[in-house]
Amino acid sequence: MAGQLREYRRRIRSVQSTKKITRAMELIAASRIAKARARVAAARPYAEEITRVIEAVASQTTISHPLTTERPQPARAAVVVITSDRGLAGGYSSNALRRTNELIELLRLEGKEPELHVIGRKGVGYYRFRGRAMSGEYTGFSEQPSYADAKSVADALIASFVAAPEDGGVDEIHVVHTEYVSAIAQNPVARRLLPMVLTETDEPPAGGPLPQYEFEPSAEAVLDALLPRYVESRLYAAMLESAASESAARQRAMKSATDNAEDLIRSYSRQANRARQDAITQEISEIVGGANALASAS
Amino acid sequence: MPIRVAIVSPEQEVWSGDADMVVARTTEGDLGVLPGHVPLLGVLVPGGTVRVKTGGREISAQVDGGFISVTHQGVSILAETATLS
Repeated sequence: MAGQLREYRRRIRSVQSTKKITRAMELIAASRIAKARARVAAARPYAEEITRVIEAVASQTTISHPLTTERPQPARAAVVVITSDRGLAGGYSSNALRRTNELIELLRLEGKEPELHVIGRKGVGYYRFRGRAMSGEYTGFSEQPSYADAKSVADALIASFVAAPEDGGVDEIHVVHTEYVSAIAQNPVARRLLPMVLTETDEPPAGGPLPQYEFEPSAEAVLDALLPRYVESRLYAAMLESAASESAARQRAMKSATDNAEDLIRSYSRQANRARQDAITQEISEIVGGANALASAS
Repeated sequence: MPIRVAIVSPEQEVWSGDADMVVARTTEGDLGVLPGHVPLLGVLVPGGTVRVKTGGREISAQVDGGFISVTHQGVSILAETATLS
């Protein structure tokens, strides 16, 4: 009987220490969401300005530049997927990977051979386990990406985008990242990065009509210089947003883990108390029984 | 009439405010932007300095790998790295 009580106490202690860990992770994740969202906001002026500039250039020049021109017969497409380095974030990584697999299917149906660039240890592990070749693996910065990290990924992508098809060059670049909708909703989304999808609308764009630029030195040279900056800034934005989503997913997962731990502790405490009472009751009845036996014997 | 100037790097907005004149060096040479300049998009020389004259003060920033975008709304300096000096 006393052994059972000891067992319950041991379990309560173990769940309590688990709860402390999940609670700490929940709080850390919560503070990281705020930090990541602040970084998303800080990165926005640059990203918006560069997109606006490119739209302005693309809408007024007739030159065909790889940045905006669809290739006649796209045969290969790079797919960048952003996952987390660490687990314990609920379905964050697996949702992004599921979205990626859908995109890969779609690209295959369109006759394009997908080529994977994976960010985050979880994604790398997933594809390595399935024996799928990856053209690029980038790990170690999923929670707090810096611009330099985005640049290192972008450099590899741009190199394969400008390379000739026979050298393994790709015709399109797609990115799968997780959009931060709110603290409780994050959506994995797939977007095409290159060639740029220009939105053709009759409505005037936000922030006034697009300016009719003059170029220095020339439109081509400006677009050449803009291409890598565009890819970097879009990737950086996607990485930052994914980092915010990752923290939000982790916070939610850790919150429910903490709640579960509390429930477990409550039910173990009840069982421990019952075991303790049972032990006392039994002890009393043993003493009474023993005393009675002695009394009737004498 | 002052011009609205913003110096932005990917990680943050480095400086923004109203200015009387912006001087930057593009790959074609030095460029001075006064209010009412025609819209222009230029590639800045690597490691160049952008000077912004505002009131009596002058702000200068080291920019690397950047562009200058002049529109009727204002001037944006888009730089990969930008530090005020």
